[in-house]
Amino acid sequence: MSVSAISSSAPLLEVDNLKVEFDTRRGLVQGLRGVTLSIGRGETLGVVGESGSGKSVTAQAVMGLIDMPGRIASGDIRWKGRSLFGRDGERYAQDIRGKEVAMVFQDPMTSLNPVLKIGTQIGEVLERHLGMTRAQARNRAEELLAAVGISAPRRRLDQHPHEFSGGMRQRVMIAMAIACEPQLLIADEPTTALDVTIQAQILELLAQLQETLGLSVILITHDLGVVAGLCHRVAVMYAGQIIETGLAEDVFERPAHPYTQGLLRSTPRLDEVSDRLVSIEGTPPNLVVPPEGCSFQQRCPLSGEACRKAPRLEHIRPDAEAACWKPSVPAWATPLMSPSMPS
Amino acid sequence: MGGFLLRRIGQGLLVVIGVTLIVFIATRMVGDPVRVMLPLSATDEQRAAFAQQVGLDRPMGEQFVDFVGDLARLDFGESMWQRRPALDVVLERLPNTLKLIGAGLGLAILLALPLGAIAALRPGGWIDRTTVFVGLFGLSLPQFWFGLILIVFFAVTLRWLPTSGMGGMAYYILPAVTLAMPSLARLVMLVRSSMIDELNQQYVKTARAKGLRFPRVVMVHAMRNTLVPFVTLAGWELISALAGYTVVVETVFAWPGLGLTAMQAIQKSDLFLLQAIVFTVAILIVVINVALDVVYKLIDPRIRLA
Repeated sequence: MSVSAISSSAPLLEVDNLKVEFDTRRGLVQGLRGVTLSIGRGETLGVVGESGSGKSVTAQAVMGLIDMPGRIASGDIRWKGRSLFGRDGERYAQDIRGKEVAMVFQDPMTSLNPVLKIGTQIGEVLERHLGMTRAQARNRAEELLAAVGISAPRRRLDQHPHEFSGGMRQRVMIAMAIACEPQLLIADEPTTALDVTIQAQILELLAQLQETLGLSVILITHDLGVVAGLCHRVAVMYAGQIIETGLAEDVFERPAHPYTQGLLRSTPRLDEVSDRLVSIEGTPPNLVVPPEGCSFQQRCPLSGEACRKAPRLEHIRPDAEAACWKPSVPAWATPLMSPSMPS
Repeated sequence: MGGFLLRRIGQGLLVVIGVTLIVFIATRMVGDPVRVMLPLSATDEQRAAFAQQVGLDRPMGEQFVDFVGDLARLDFGESMWQRRPALDVVLERLPNTLKLIGAGLGLAILLALPLGAIAALRPGGWIDRTTVFVGLFGLSLPQFWFGLILIVFFAVTLRWLPTSGMGGMAYYILPAVTLAMPSLARLVMLVRSSMIDELNQQYVKTARAKGLRFPRVVMVHAMRNTLVPFVTLAGWELISALAGYTVVVETVFAWPGLGLTAMQAIQKSDLFLLQAIVFTVAILIVVINVALDVVYKLIDPRIRLA
């Protein structure tokens, strides 16, 4: 994939043709089938796609969280040009994870350790990566809680997760993630488990932190509205592959891949009256035996003879790529609608 | 916390009152205590004289008032067998039992945490399978038989360790191992399954994503959560040891503790001594339960003590 259109410097994170497999009872599931992406400094990349498309697996691979029965089959992940695989790479990875790259998870209710104090859970990152003493870490943790908008932070340090609401816990997760002032924050559906009113607050906090800290952000979501509001670039995933990528506004205005078109078309809108919700017919393919050729062909109205061969991600515009033999052809008759931007 | 403690102590007192009633009914009203305590050859005159001497000839109501009054003064009566106050016998033997339990359960607890945790790191791996197999084996062996086998092997055949009795450190090894074995097996299985659960929790992923070193993830994050069920079972093991296992182990190893004394008191029909033992154990169990509740609160802040 091309170096980001926004950042001219070398990419921070590069994922190179990554393949991840899961050994399940049903057979070997090909969770990621050659994912390549990169993100530069200060950039926000939205990764969208339905459940099981490989969004979270990609993030977990970067954070070293692929566990048995999953494994990384091939490919590479590089941070500032240095591989995170191999013996040296793994040691390097352990030092940058939590420090230079941090992650916020989907469910704040289960992501914090229920029996450890909030102060301990934030402080341990600082002790681990910045060599702070317990007292220093405690003071810094207090500042961090204040920075993510938690009131009475000193008192809060000695509380346990069950004394916090869902939104507050996600703020704590974010405080923990930005503790060492990372360069990249991976947010895996950070608002999915929260009330709608809280979602906006958390997204606002992320946007604000990104600005003040100059963070790069990978925002994994299935909420296209969120991507439209926050992200510079977007990568659309389907069946373990990236099938389209480009500048967020471009992708929303003129989606090239039929799947992206279908996804945008099926996003419900509040400002328009419609009789029924639109969906894409069919289901994503079985990744134990992925289809030959394009993985979307069974559901695609444009599917034809050419689609029996697997398309590769290719430039359709200087800053946009799609993996489709018939890119930018309207696949559905209904006019496209771009998702509304959150105000 | 203070209010909670008071309430639990109050509940404990209720339990003690219940025990008092049961002991009184079991010793005075079910069967004839005089007949039980004196040998079969005793004459009717001797029985009557004995009953009068210890007050067993008076009406039940009076006896009960006396009984409760004596208990309040910690007077459990005279041990027939030892010819001295029953409480003195109990207080002399109790420390030996506590030492044996300390050694045995201490061993079980210290081994169970690391063994269970190591097994849990690779569920289904050879260390895990060996642990489960040995654990099931340990659970299935009758304790008295295991003790005897240890004596035959280490004391009789190899002559490495004393067969029985109490003395220096060497005397502790076989009884402590015998006492520890079933508890260790149960505790290891619990730590193992609990650690497997905890290591799959989302908060462990968070801890790993923070770049924390593996030992901290296991020992601090997962282990702290495992301690909650662990303390429950360890407390149960402590109570069972006090109220039962030590009777078996002390009898096998002639360990001069409360369990062996209870056995002897039964054999010698020493009702007053037995009463004193039952009482002491009951009060200890109440105390242990209150202490456990406090420990829970320290480990798991979500537990409300109200």
